[in-house]
Amino acid sequence: MTLRDTAPAPLAAPSRAGSWLYDPTIRGIVYQVALALFLVLFGWWIFDNTVQNLRAANIASGFGFMSDRAGFDIAQKPIEFTPDDTHGRAFLVSLVNTLIVAALGIVGATVLGFFAGVARLSPNWLLSKVAMVYVETFRNVPLLLQLLFWYKAVLSVLPGPKQGVVLPLGSNLSNRGLIVPRPVPGDGFGAVEIAVLVAIAAVFVLARWAKSRQEATGQIFPTFRVGAAVVVGLPLVVFLLAGMPLSFEYPELKGFNFVGGFVFKPELMALLLGLVIYTGAFIAEVVRAGIMAISHGQSEAAFALGLKPGVTMRRIIIPQAMRVIIPPLTSQYLNLTKNSSLAVAVGYPDLVAVFAGSTLNITGRAVEVIFLTMGVYLAISLVTAAFMNWFNTRVALIER
Amino acid sequence: MNATSVKTLAVGALLATAAAVAPASAGTLDDVKAKGFVQCGVNGAGLQGFGAPDDKGDWKGLDVDMCRAVAAAVFGDATKVKFTPLNAKERFTALQSKEVDMLARNSTWTMSRDTQLGIQFTGVNYYDGQGFMAKKSLGVSSAKELNGASICVQSGTTTELNLADWFKANGLTFNPVVFEKQEEADAAYDSGRCDAYTTDASGLYSIRLKLTNPDDHVVLPEIISKEPLGPAVRQGDDQWAMIVKWSLYAMVTAEEFGVTQANVDEMKSSENPEIKRLLGLDGNFGEKIGIGADWAYNIVKAVGNYGEAFDRNVGAGSPLKIERGLNALWSKGGLQYAPPIR
Repeated sequence: MTLRDTAPAPLAAPSRAGSWLYDPTIRGIVYQVALALFLVLFGWWIFDNTVQNLRAANIASGFGFMSDRAGFDIAQKPIEFTPDDTHGRAFLVSLVNTLIVAALGIVGATVLGFFAGVARLSPNWLLSKVAMVYVETFRNVPLLLQLLFWYKAVLSVLPGPKQGVVLPLGSNLSNRGLIVPRPVPGDGFGAVEIAVLVAIAAVFVLARWAKSRQEATGQIFPTFRVGAAVVVGLPLVVFLLAGMPLSFEYPELKGFNFVGGFVFKPELMALLLGLVIYTGAFIAEVVRAGIMAISHGQSEAAFALGLKPGVTMRRIIIPQAMRVIIPPLTSQYLNLTKNSSLAVAVGYPDLVAVFAGSTLNITGRAVEVIFLTMGVYLAISLVTAAFMNWFNTRVALIER
Repeated sequence: MNATSVKTLAVGALLATAAAVAPASAGTLDDVKAKGFVQCGVNGAGLQGFGAPDDKGDWKGLDVDMCRAVAAAVFGDATKVKFTPLNAKERFTALQSKEVDMLARNSTWTMSRDTQLGIQFTGVNYYDGQGFMAKKSLGVSSAKELNGASICVQSGTTTELNLADWFKANGLTFNPVVFEKQEEADAAYDSGRCDAYTTDASGLYSIRLKLTNPDDHVVLPEIISKEPLGPAVRQGDDQWAMIVKWSLYAMVTAEEFGVTQANVDEMKSSENPEIKRLLGLDGNFGEKIGIGADWAYNIVKAVGNYGEAFDRNVGAGSPLKIERGLNALWSKGGLQYAPPIR
């Protein structure tokens, strides 16, 4: 076959009326509109059908129940709640409980996963084997079993509150949970909170300045050490100047249980242990894959320049590996959040246990409650994904 | 999401599409006759005395006998029943979505359930009340001493609501430890997670039998609520509701007139008009609700009268040894009272 020396003639511009039928742009729009219309109609049909069926079966429907008195109590109340509050308020409390466990779980799993992932690549034989056993064990056992294991392990090992393990500062570990003194902010504590925010802002400015100075002069500023000193130091100085406006409420054994103090309940502990250890194993694999994706030449080149292994890891390998790590990491975060709904098995009052459990059962509004619950998980997932995508573009390799 | 949520969700979807898929369905009785058995929702946690499979896998219990009685009334054969174990959260949805034909799962008859869930209670086969159980070692002799205690409870039950109301009314506080499944709540209480356990008093006796050391636990005297437990059917099917309702009444009536599983055949020659009407020898009461004239005979022959079922499952003849109390016949100081068959 010979190469043609002339380019093919460009497509003739539509000349006849009616040829818009063949215009790919217009055709595309028509299809899209038709599909959108179909989806809207389909959705409306399902909605209408549901309402009609519920009515035909004499089942009350609508979201009015959200303002009815809930009548039950919730074990963990990050915001005020009494049985006299509404189902709507119970929804809010349980949603916050879900967010608490998701946030703590994500932080814990990330830290554990990074260490385990890096450890598995360590030249230290023992360390890498320990990491391997951890990953392979916990990745392959169903999460529900792990949760039940931790819950039983946490519970059966710990004694009752009166025989609890006494820890320093009035803390106590028993089958009612880990109870620690609760900080009670006094007058003027607000200034300390402001100082924390100011210090964090200052560190951001500092980091920017240090970066531009390094780019201009090549001098490295110890940003981390100075930053840490500022974040700890400034609030501490303000705290001392304000006359230490903070007292502690110590837990006391009164009657059956400890009164006062701050309680980490065994339900939360078991759920967090399970989620962190399970998801951490997956994150370890993601981190390992990310690091292994970086050509060995990169570290050899760094060593040739005289950089130490730690700096090489921090400045050369990890930043490049992040590009590979972040997309699967995002999906692990989403998994963790969704898996937190297994809370129901260990009695932690999350959204599924309280709202799709007690509220659903008391009001009988299965369709509405499940619809709302699904919507919440969808929203949490979309927000997490959006944030991680934004973060991903931030750390993406910028080619110059 | 866990399996139960998925199930509830599936039921929601089912409700959503039911009209499109199924044509206007015939009555439940016709459905039941067509498939050849009664699908009955019972306690999935294995509440001994009410609904639990025994060591041979046969379902036993007062609620189970209620299901068998309906099967005997419809088919003349008490074995034509299939059991669907349900937990507290699934039970009403299972009935609404026609997964079961009737529910006999120690469920409390309340106004909101009767009026808003598209279901209908057809009677009371056990008059119960909510109580508390605590470890003897706590030295508690009254529920009023439970201020500040951790209390295990099953979620979404009337029990969970009464608990909060009662503590509020008495100016006491408590820490709820809430589980979706009764087995989970049982295990948590057994392991010492809670100071006390609350559910219907009958349930407490049943659960105590399953604990590691039943003798270490005491059921406190307070009964804090009325818990009339009874079978339920879907709203809007009067015929089926009547069959379930009168199956229970037939058992109560049989006890009242001394008709037992053992003497039901002899009783056929009784001259007592009440017994003749009950056993279908006079009048045609069964056929008026679409079942055989000998419906009540079949129930008593296969399951026995109410008193026999009570004794066998929860009363003196069972490990639970619960007194008849409120569940004695009206003529013996109790509340069990059947409208006359005439």
